[in-house]
Amino acid sequence: MQKFSGFSLIRQALSGHQGWQAQWRTPEPKASYDAIIVGGGGHGLGAAYYMAREHGLKNIAVLERGWIGGGNTGRNTTIIRSNYLFDESAALFDHAVKLWEGLSQDLNYNVMFSQRGVLMLAHTVHDVQSFKRHIHANRLNGVDNEWLSAEEAKEFCPPLNISPGMRYPVVGAALQRRGGVARHDAVAWGYARAADALGVDIIQNCEVTGIRRGVNGAVEGVETTKGFIGSKRIGVSAAGHTSVLMAMAGVRMPLESYPLQALVSEPVKPVFPCVVMSNTIHAYISQSDKGELVIGAGTDAYTSYSQRGALHIATHTLDAICELFPMFRRMRMLRNWGGIVDVTPDRSPIIGKTPVPGLFVNCGWGTGGFKATPGSAHVFAHTIATGEPHKINAPFTLERFRDGLMIDEAADAAVAH
Amino acid sequence: MPLSRTERRGEKQMLLIACPYCGERPETEFRYAGEAHIARPSDPSALNDDEWVDFLYQRANPKGLHVERWRHIHGCARFFNAVRDTVSDRIFKTYEAGEPRPDVNAVVADILAKESER
Ligand SMILES: Cc1cc2nc3c(=O)[nH]c(=O)nc-3n(C[C@H](O)[C@H](O)[C@H](O)COP(=O)(O)OP(=O)(O)OC[C@H]3O[C@@H](n4cnc5c(N)ncnc54)[C@H](O)[C@@H]3O)c2cc1C
Ligand SMILES: [Zn+2]
Repeated sequence: MQKFSGFSLIRQALSGHQGWQAQWRTPEPKASYDAIIVGGGGHGLGAAYYMAREHGLKNIAVLERGWIGGGNTGRNTTIIRSNYLFDESAALFDHAVKLWEGLSQDLNYNVMFSQRGVLMLAHTVHDVQSFKRHIHANRLNGVDNEWLSAEEAKEFCPPLNISPGMRYPVVGAALQRRGGVARHDAVAWGYARAADALGVDIIQNCEVTGIRRGVNGAVEGVETTKGFIGSKRIGVSAAGHTSVLMAMAGVRMPLESYPLQALVSEPVKPVFPCVVMSNTIHAYISQSDKGELVIGAGTDAYTSYSQRGALHIATHTLDAICELFPMFRRMRMLRNWGGIVDVTPDRSPIIGKTPVPGLFVNCGWGTGGFKATPGSAHVFAHTIATGEPHKINAPFTLERFRDGLMIDEAADAAVAH
Repeated sequence: MPLSRTERRGEKQMLLIACPYCGERPETEFRYAGEAHIARPSDPSALNDDEWVDFLYQRANPKGLHVERWRHIHGCARFFNAVRDTVSDRIFKTYEAGEPRPDVNAVVADILAKESER
């Protein structure tokens, strides 16, 4: 792997940037692998990387139906935070934030992780009570989160409208200073490049169309558009398409797939210092380094695989943005798109074993799994490589629905984030 | 009727849904209510835990034809069922709650055949 550094940049500049190599190979699939990951999003590529780096597995393939990062990884609004209510969630998401903090160095790839702070607005008495409860719970778990008055929130984010005449006035906010954003594509590319350097085959344009099981029920490999590929260990990490893939192995999932939309504005000079989210009025916003306002809306009302949403959902979000930030009222929106997010009944992910021997699943990240990418990939790699969950993902089983051990973040975070 | 700019670009505005009681209305009058024909167990105490999981949480979530419930909440307020393709979001049929589950492939084949005749 060609290392990136200030020195290599200068050297390449002197030779007209003609000496850069491709960042990963384009291999044809082998007949079999020690482990196969289905889905080349950040979670799948990251899992392959950690399996190769930490568990010594070298004969691994990542199979991607389209191009890597073309799913939700490349479609999301990149908000990263770990101020979740329950102990299990705080441990999982904070594991990810800690890995984010060293990721660019770790991968020798700039993922542009920027801890500019995530401000969550409270508009009602219920919001205030619930946010304060989160803050106390977070602090007990060693996760930073603090309460700001409306005036303090405005000081932190000057464009914010805190006038009492708003339809839903801002009455305060919770701030996680370690939260922020990262560059979505760079996460996919950085993991792909680092995994490839460790020998992982990244195979694009290779759709999995079947999962083959032997007489004892265990997996034997996958049918793909590039032929059959054998493996005794398969990890499904396919976000919105998880139900479709698991059905190929005869497993029914507690999931529903919904379109989730985002949009970006025309680029402008730096005007917006942090990330702001409002669950109550359904809007979240930050400014990318290119200068675009990155705005996220809620999910559409009905399940779908269409990768686009209805206009009234985006409009509803823009209404909220205009009320919260009157200075953006005359901005023009450039692009609007959707991704398909897989939602569990308790809004917490599933990372673990399945009833099928050799088949593992990482899914249910719904509207908020980008922030978890390194943490999720890390514990999923452990689960596939050792056959048992890491202690951080042990509570996030498929069986928790049967056993009544939900991790009910739905109660408070059932909104896009 | 000429296509609007969003329609020309292939973007979706919102669904038009035919309530079996009121006729075609915009999506915003409705509320989605999940997969249809999931009957409440008639003898709940006879179910084991896995059967409860299936009833409460597991869903088909297909990529393709889906039979689902809708409620005309800002209209007649009644529940009804629809057959929709989850890739194109096209609704092929709506019918009253209580009617049996239709043969979805036959419904779609029938409609497409009629359309190609035209
Ligand atoms: C609009 C939007 C905004 C969001 N905002 C945020 C946010 O601000 N913060 C946050 O934390 N999260 C956010 N999310 C959620 C986040 O994007 C996802 O949870 C996360 O990116 C999932 O990563 P992944 O790698 O699991 O999935 P993906 O990146 O979707 O990867 C799954 C891959 O599997 C592939 N695949 C599917 N079927 C097959 C098959 N049969 N064979 C081979 N490959 C297959 C797909 O092509 C895809 O590339 C948002 C999502 C959307 C859509
Ligand atoms: Zn009606």
